[in-house]
Amino acid sequence: MRSGNAGNGMGKKTTTKRTESEVKRVLYERPRALLDVHTHYCAGCGHGTMHRLLAEVLEELGVLEQAIGVAPVGCAVLAYDYVDIDWTEAAHGRAPAVATGLKRVHPDKVVFTYQGDGDLASIGMAETIHAANRGENITVIFINNAIYGMTQGQMAPTTLIGQKTKTTPRGRDPETTGYPLKVCELLDQLVAPVLLARTTVVTPKHVRQTKALLKKAFQCQMENVGYSLIEVLSPCPTYWHMTPMEAYHFIEQTVTDSFPLGVIRDVKDRA
Amino acid sequence: MDSEQPEGKVALVSGNEAAGEAAIRAGCRFYAGYPITPQNELTAYIADQLPLRGGVFIQAESELAAINMVFGASAAGTRAMTSSSSPGISLKQEGISYMVGCELPAVIINVQRAGPGLGNISPAQGDYYQATRGGGHGDYRCISLAPFSVQEVCDLTYLAFDLADAYRTPVILLADGMIGQMMEPVRFDHLPAPSPTPRPWALTGTPGRKRNVIKSLRLPPEELEAFNLKLQDVYATIEQREVRLEVTGPDDAEVLLAAYGTSARICRQIVERPLRQLPFKVALFRPITLWPFPTAKLAELAEKARGILVVEMSAGQMVDDVRMAVAGRCPIELLARMGGNIPSAAEITEKLITLFA
Amino acid sequence: MSDKRFEVTILTHFCKGCGLCVEFCPEGKLYIEQKPDMRGIQAAAVRADVDCTGCLQCATICPDAAIEIVRVEAPVST
Repeated sequence: MRSGNAGNGMGKKTTTKRTESEVKRVLYERPRALLDVHTHYCAGCGHGTMHRLLAEVLEELGVLEQAIGVAPVGCAVLAYDYVDIDWTEAAHGRAPAVATGLKRVHPDKVVFTYQGDGDLASIGMAETIHAANRGENITVIFINNAIYGMTQGQMAPTTLIGQKTKTTPRGRDPETTGYPLKVCELLDQLVAPVLLARTTVVTPKHVRQTKALLKKAFQCQMENVGYSLIEVLSPCPTYWHMTPMEAYHFIEQTVTDSFPLGVIRDVKDRA
Repeated sequence: MDSEQPEGKVALVSGNEAAGEAAIRAGCRFYAGYPITPQNELTAYIADQLPLRGGVFIQAESELAAINMVFGASAAGTRAMTSSSSPGISLKQEGISYMVGCELPAVIINVQRAGPGLGNISPAQGDYYQATRGGGHGDYRCISLAPFSVQEVCDLTYLAFDLADAYRTPVILLADGMIGQMMEPVRFDHLPAPSPTPRPWALTGTPGRKRNVIKSLRLPPEELEAFNLKLQDVYATIEQREVRLEVTGPDDAEVLLAAYGTSARICRQIVERPLRQLPFKVALFRPITLWPFPTAKLAELAEKARGILVVEMSAGQMVDDVRMAVAGRCPIELLARMGGNIPSAAEITEKLITLFA
Repeated sequence: MSDKRFEVTILTHFCKGCGLCVEFCPEGKLYIEQKPDMRGIQAAAVRADVDCTGCLQCATICPDAAIEIVRVEAPVST
């Protein structure tokens, strides 16, 4: 895993305010592109962190006005209500196909999909693999929380072995339901992708690393290097039946055993 | 076929190729499709020509991906099209429903083959319900155009893009394997330069404007009902303005043939060059728009008719629209062939004599 | 030479009371309110008697971008 960006960690431009003799410098504030609304996500949900990082990265790269997002079906279906850029929804799993159409028409825009594990790795696996295999010059943000949150907690392709869900009430049994699907490793078999990485958001350090990777993924697109996918191990306290802190620990201590963190491919660095 | 048609020149092309050329001339700059017989000549034509003429061709990984690429291209603000044949059109229904929900224009060409299931690759008209009743989930209709000659494939494909723009809706061109594969002399030079309507709703990034969001999710029931009512208003306008049909034969015909596409082509032969002298006058009622169906005109013709024979290459689907339009004004009979069989002029003639002589 | 301090502000209307900021703050500057607010949420709050070191751990981990941090520098008077 590459180290996060240096400095104060948030990488934000600081602004200076003068009040009488005091000098005030904003070290952290909500990114401009995050709309001033309360999100529908549960307390401790990783989507909120990823929306924030998305807004920060697009702003820091100066491409808010060039960005076009494709929202999934799943908990993040309302992502367009939270980040102030052009968006479209896509049918369940079809975001990479929709993004392909958008990007081919507007090669100069910054096109990304934001998808969960059911959307990207189950119903949309064909679109995922083929967009990656064509080397579409898009950025894919893959939120892997190992469960279907919006439909109240069914097994996802990334559900851990033994994990209890609504549809694996006695725990996921690989004999009948297979194994947690490793998207980055799967896509690593293809020639075209240029950046494949798995990260998480469960400690401040990981958040900084994730932000750096996300930025790099968008830079790949802006420099016409090609397809990138950032997989984010993301907590779902509600359907893991844990407190937020338990869910964060669970990712660090358990989920990463099945889904090791790290950069799986980085063609840009290799070149 | 030469892509640069000199003025007035006539080209001998298949219906599939004519659709491709007309689409490009209509300003279509994005096409995604997946191989399926009997429409492969259309995809091949586009694959060859569209990139040379400033557009994007993608062979998609599936029909689902193809329609959703068209969704993306249309959302991006360009004229976009996909084509397929019956089984592939079934797969595209999800995307078509979403495009209706997002008010995105697109042209979808269905070169029908026989079903159900994999069926076979012979021409058929079994997708009439699917094309005219919406096809996917939810309350919607798509304008459905039914060409019966290669020239009409050209003209209606061009028209389909204008209609899609005007009403912000997917438009279906419902052809069949016969229309798609047969070759006829066609003119393209009469088609005007395309004039796509402005798309202030398109996703282009936000310099100098507020953001656009394209979506069909409308969680509050009141909001979704309001959107549905708006769609119904659009459909009422389409029904008022966009009905197209052709009547061939004498004004005082006693018997009407009702058919579209390939069936209509064979019926017209009976009206214009009968195999044998019929003891009554026959005319052909041919809907060009299957939806909106030419209900009013058919009702008017039915007032004076002794009877109507509906000829379809299906178990009888359009006949339902004929029954609704005629509303008991005269008897309605059906000649239905299935499985990829095309009714012959002889069997239609025989049926007419049995029923009406 | 200047005297500096850090001001932490919880944007309470965005806070969902997940408590992550409290867990990750190395100084114990933050806590969760005992009493639910009008939305029924026990939001995070700031202790006045504990100094913030400006490490940004809380703002970095907050899933709801509900924390703002400002550095205040006051020139030392001579």
